[in-house]
Formats: sequence, structure tokens, C-alpha cells
Amino acid sequence: MLRLEKRPSPSRFWQGMTPVLAVALTMVAGGIMFALLGKNPVEAIRTIFWDPLFNEQFASYSRPQLLVKAGPLILIAIGLSLGFRAGIWNIGAEGQYIMGAILGAGVGLAFYPAEHWFIFPLMVVAGALGGWAWAMIPAILRTRFNTNEILVSLLLVYVAQNLLAAMSLGLLRNPEGGGFPGSRNLSQYPAAANPELMAGTGMHWGVVAAFVAVIAAYVLLQRHILGFHIKLAGQAPRAARFAGVNPKALVVMCMGISGALAGLAGLFEVSGPAGQISIDFNVGYGFTAIIVAFLGRLNPVGILFAGLLMALTYIGGELAQFMLGLPAAAIQAFQGMLLFFLLAVDLLTNYRIRLAVKKEAV
Amino acid sequence: MNATGQPVPHRPELLRVDGVTKAYPGVVANSDVSFAISEGEIHALLGENGAGKSTLVKMIYGLVKPDSGRMVFRGQTYQPSEPRAARAAGVAMVFQHFSLFEALNVAENVALGMENPPPMKELASRIRAVSTEYGLPLDPSRMVGDLSAGERQRVEIIRCLLQDPKLLIMDEPTSVLTPQEVDILFRTLRQLASEGTAILYISHKLEEIRSLCDEATILRRGRVVATCTPRERSAREMAELMVGATLTPPARAGGDKGAVALEVAGLSVASPIPFGTSLKDVSFAVRRGEVLGIAGVAGNGQDELLLALSGELKSASDAVKIDGIGFGDMGPNARRRVGLVAAPEERLGHAAAPDMSLVENALLSGVVRKGLTRAGFIDWTATQDFAARIVQAFDVRTPGTHVAARALSGGNLQKFVVGRELSQSPSVIVINQPTWGVDAAAAAAIRQAILNRAAEGAAVVVISQDLDELLEIADSFAALNGGRLTKPRPVQGLTVEEIGLMMGGAHGMEVVHHGA
Repeated sequence: MLRLEKRPSPSRFWQGMTPVLAVALTMVAGGIMFALLGKNPVEAIRTIFWDPLFNEQFASYSRPQLLVKAGPLILIAIGLSLGFRAGIWNIGAEGQYIMGAILGAGVGLAFYPAEHWFIFPLMVVAGALGGWAWAMIPAILRTRFNTNEILVSLLLVYVAQNLLAAMSLGLLRNPEGGGFPGSRNLSQYPAAANPELMAGTGMHWGVVAAFVAVIAAYVLLQRHILGFHIKLAGQAPRAARFAGVNPKALVVMCMGISGALAGLAGLFEVSGPAGQISIDFNVGYGFTAIIVAFLGRLNPVGILFAGLLMALTYIGGELAQFMLGLPAAAIQAFQGMLLFFLLAVDLLTNYRIRLAVKKEAV
Repeated sequence: MNATGQPVPHRPELLRVDGVTKAYPGVVANSDVSFAISEGEIHALLGENGAGKSTLVKMIYGLVKPDSGRMVFRGQTYQPSEPRAARAAGVAMVFQHFSLFEALNVAENVALGMENPPPMKELASRIRAVSTEYGLPLDPSRMVGDLSAGERQRVEIIRCLLQDPKLLIMDEPTSVLTPQEVDILFRTLRQLASEGTAILYISHKLEEIRSLCDEATILRRGRVVATCTPRERSAREMAELMVGATLTPPARAGGDKGAVALEVAGLSVASPIPFGTSLKDVSFAVRRGEVLGIAGVAGNGQDELLLALSGELKSASDAVKIDGIGFGDMGPNARRRVGLVAAPEERLGHAAAPDMSLVENALLSGVVRKGLTRAGFIDWTATQDFAARIVQAFDVRTPGTHVAARALSGGNLQKFVVGRELSQSPSVIVINQPTWGVDAAAAAAIRQAILNRAAEGAAVVVISQDLDELLEIADSFAALNGGRLTKPRPVQGLTVEEIGLMMGGAHGMEVVHHGA
């Protein structure tokens, strides 16, 4: 019989090893799933994890995509991880991402076609502000009326999606677009564009912001009293109050930071890779970032790697779709398995598995 | 009636425990333990926290299986596989922590613990019958949430008595009772014993054992170190057998008290805890150098008082004054800044974060007074030093300051938590249950450290349920009862009777044993 036994202290070894083990288990279980779908599992796994980076035919296109996709994931996940550590569950980053994009793009388009140096910085501020404001709704409802921030933030995603549709059909629609939904293309409006900074790398300002966020979060959590209070509030809420942490202020702060970072991600996306506000602008980065945050163990450096890995499964998944004809749902199930296995093997950090031999008293 | 508890010769043996051993990973809880109880005997199981008393009775009650050794109950081999089997054999147990549902009434709670509960009406009348017979008045239709701790204990006892047990195990039953309630309980237990029920009585309160028990088995580190007849030994002798060392009571420096450092006036706050006790018009003042002891049965507002003093629970500004300035509406860190430190009762989860290291836990409340941050950035080197100094000064047994708080034993963590607060050169100290679950040697060290700070001029408030502790270290004494605090009185000249009345007496039930 298997038995779980609590470790006296969390195991540092397993803290680092669980993501690796989870990825390995996902490959095995995913391989079985692909085999059941009638595909060669080894080929499928290779197409997802190897070909996007090293296959001569695809790598020139796929490699820059890695940073383009990982940038917003990391930026959003860093913000979410701070709240998650404190036990504050912002599930609505997707909505905050949309609102950041709408407000940021709106500011840029308001200046069209003027050329000023300050337009793009102003858009960045507006993007952060849009995400922050959208996150303040569940934060204030929680602190004032004790509503559940999980539900409120999640439902606000659907409100934001409808606002997005309304904007692309109405206020922000390109007047010269021949009636098609969608705004002007910001990437073709130099003062408002977020271009690729180094050709062929996929590096844009959003990726830079993501790296900065990783470093800032690392310093905050390791060296600053605020980061200490965030961790304390999540691990021992009563001890946090004893340490003088104001739980309401913490909710407002964590929701605010995660909302602002999600809004920034939206702004960099709309002014760069996506280029315009359109009905199908959001592709689920806000939700995937939740997986990224946990895959990275809510640790900034972990999130950096998790974001890159997740981006890889996106790109590799697309490749597997058109190369091997794998259904899109299979790729999503594969990504879901990753989170599933991670949460399952996470148990090993605090518990060890023992083979219990049944003994009777004599 | 065997009211004096004199051992009756040639009573038949009820339970024999023979060479029982139980090991957990890393610790041997019981090693080759043997003892016997006769019918109608009140047998004490004595030992410090961690001596193995709980493991032993859990084996008798079928909650834990021994690794080796055997037990004989009423002449037959006895190896209960679960508590149900133990109950069927005639063993009942009253736990230290009650397992009652507050939102259900007494009869419903009793029914939940029975295998085949009779209809409610019949059960209620049986509860009434048993409770009058044994002098434990209890109304079967009352909600448990409204009962005092002593009354809740009666629910547990009556639940056991309805099974007509041959052996009744009681785990630290008096820790939640006032002295008057203890008297009632003892009379009940003696009556049960005179009718032939054996009682296994677990405690570390020596005077109680001397007055109640016929025989005592003393455990230390999982082994039986002595058996004795408690009446023939002094409490001091038994304590030294229990601890295995000579004990020195803490020394207190007399002398004049200074100005009032902490003044509480008309403090009324609602409890943030469900089924908690709100504080009602609490007033007292503590001078520099003075130790105020606050007694009370658990759940009478102790936790709330600590929260209101530490700043975790805010009140009107003038309700709590430190050095004459109102701090009632300020949080914990503002109060720390002016010199008030607090140590809550619950070590893990409140005073310390279980999964964080001792260094991080030193930062938790030490950051303000020790200046461990610069512009918000943590000085980990200084924090490390602070933690190491606490470990050294308070003799915290730990492999290092990097280990998680939950890896420490209760006593060591308590030394760390109290040491952390006392090392901040405080002017006001508030401590709830300073030595709860701590072994005698560590408890003595903690009490001495508190007295030393008082001698250096700190005003100290000690909230405790251990009357002996309060009488040992306090200069003045008050009791919490239903969220109200009695007027503090000097300890000198107080009798146990008066203290009991301050704690709320026996809730108007002193007369019940007249006819028994």
C-alpha cells in the first residue's frame, strides 16, 4: 500500500525537479494519446518540441515566434504569480489584457496621423492603466463587499470581449477599412508601432518588458519587505496580520500589479505582432499565463522558462497540426496535461511516498 | 463509598499493558511500557508533553496499533483495531479537545457518537437521568455553541457514561475548568470509581493527581520511569521524577513599580472569530516592572484580548494607551515602533509561518524594532544575525536558523517565538499562554526571561490558563469571563477560592453534589 508522509521541511530537490518530471510525464501520456489517435508518438513529440527550434525548414520562421509568444505569457504570468502567492486569485487576466489593448490603441489612434515621440510612451501608460482599472473592479468589490475575486475577474473577461467586439465594429473601426471590422493597423503607424527590435529574433518592447518584470519580481520577492509580506500572506494569513500586513491593501496591490502587467501585454501585442484591434484579437494568453505561472512554480525565473516552454508547445502544436494533421483539441489536451501533471507531482515537495507494510501487533 | 480514594485491597485487575512499544519515524513514542489498572482504581498517567502519554492511551483506545507488546483487558487478550472495538469492549475516552458540533444541541451531539442511538426523546431522558445521577447537570436541548467549556466536557463525559464503560480515559480534563468545576468533576470521578469503573487519568498537574489518584505511572521519553502512590509523594518529588532533573523556581526581583506603560480603558470590540467572545468594557493598567496575570477558562476572550492589544484588532483610539498616547486605532507595526511586542498563543500559523525558515520568522515581527530593512529592502545578513542571537540566547534546539518553523518541536518553537519578542528591548510585553505545551525546563526558562524583562522595566501582561504559572510570576491578577475582565487585584493574599470566583465560579452549579 502506498502511503504519503509529510516531510519535515519542503524538499529543495523536488522543488526544482517537479517541473522536469511533469514535462517528462506529459510527453509519455501525450505520446500515448497521439498513438491512440493513430500518429507516431515519437514523431509528434519531436514535431512539437524539436522542429520549431532546430528543423532547417521551419526554424527561421518559428524561432522568432518563440519570443513573440513567450513575451506576453511571461509578462502576464509574473503579475499573476504575485497575487497567487498571496492567495489572491486573479483569473481574469485575459480581460485585463483586452482592456489594456483597447485603451492603449485608443490613445494611439486618437493622435493618428500625427508623429510625436511621446505617443508610444503615452500608449504604454494607457495600456497599463486600462488593465489596472479593469482589475480594480474585482479588487474593490472584494475589499468592500467581500465578493469572490475569482468569479468577478473571470466574468469580466466576457464583458471585455464584448467591449472588444463593440470597439472593432464601432468607435475604433478603421474609417478607411471598407466597412470591415477592426481598427487601423498600428504597426504601420510609426509613432504608435511596437516594431521588432532586432531582425529575426522576434524581440519587441513587450519582450523587453517581460524580462524587466522577471528581474523586478525576483528582487521584490527575494529582497523587499513587500515581497516577504506577499509570501507571508499566502502561507500564513494570520501570521501576516500579526506582522502588520493589511490584507485589503494587499488585495488592491496584487490585483493592481497583475492587471497593469496584463494591460501592458495587451498594448504591446496590439501595437506589434497583432497590429490592430479586431474581434478575435485575444487568443487566450491571459488564461494560458495561469498555467505558465504554476508551471514556473510562481517563481520569476521559473516563469521565464515556463513561458518559453509554453510558447514552444503553441508553435510546435501548430506545426504538428499542419504537418501531422493532429487535431487542435489534442494539442490543447496536451497543454492541459502539463498543468495536470505539474499539480500532481507538486505533492512530492511536501510529502514523500512510502511503501507501507501492514504490521499487526502481536 | 470510596470518597477518599483509599486503595481497596484485592480488587480484580481490569487492564494490563505489557511491554508495549510504538515507534514513529525518528522517534520512539513508547518503549517497553508496562502497567496495570484494577477495577475501581483511579490511575494517573503522568509525564511532560512528549513523554508518550497520548500515544499510550491512543493504543488502549484503538486509535494507534502498537509495534510490539500485548494488552490484557478483563482477562482476555485485547487488541482493538479501531475505537469502535475499544468502546464495545468497555473502554471510553474523553479527549482534551472536544469533538462537538456547536450548531447542534446536546442530545444530537451525544447521538452522533453512538452506534445505535435510541429515539431522541428516550435519549434526552437518559441524558437527564445519567446527569443527575452523577451530579453533572446538563440540559439535553441546549445548543452546544452556547455552552461553557466545562459544560461541553460534561457532554463528552455523559456520552461516555451512556455506554456504561469499565474503563474511562480522561486526557487533561481540568485544563478548561475553573477550580470549582474541577471539584465537581472530581466528585463525579470518585463516585464512578466507587461503583467499580476504573479511570485512567492523564495530567501533568501534580496537586490534582495527589488529591484524586490511587496510583501513578510516570513516563519520561516514552519509558516508565517510576510508579508511585501519589498521596505519599510530594508534588516536587513527582515533578522531578517526571522531568528527570532538579527544578528551581524562577527568581523574581521585587522593588518599586514605575509609571503606567499600558492603559486599557473601556475596551469593547467584537470578536472576528465565529463563535468567538467579544470584549466588553475591559479596563486595566500595567506599570513598568509589573506583571499582570490574566486568567480565565479558554474561550472567554483571551485570543480577542491579545489581538486588541497587539493591534491586529483595532478599537477606539483611547481604549488602548501606550505611555499615555492612544494607539487603539493603530496597527501592530505602529505599536511595535513605540515598544509594544506581543506573542500570540498559536505558535504555528499565527506567531510564526510554518513553512518559513527561522530567519524569515525572525524578520516577521522583528523588522520594525530591529531595523532590518533599508528603504524597504531586507538586510538578510542582519536578520540572520538576529535569528542566530535568539537561538543562542533562548537555547532553541535546532540544526540551524535555515530550518522551517514547523520542523521545530512545540517547546523549541515557543522559546524562539517568545525569545524573538523579548529580544526587541520592549517596554510593553503581551503574551498569551507563554508555556502552553512546553516541557517544564523550557517553561521555567521562559518564565525567568519574562521576569527578567519586567525587572528591566517592561510592563508585562501574561494571559494564561495555568493558574500555577500566573501565581508564580504575576504581581497582580485579573480574570476574563465572558469577555469581561475583573478588577485586577494584587496576587499576594489571593486564595484559590477567590480566584475561582473571579473566573466565573462553576456557573451556578456548586450545589449539585449535595445529595450525591
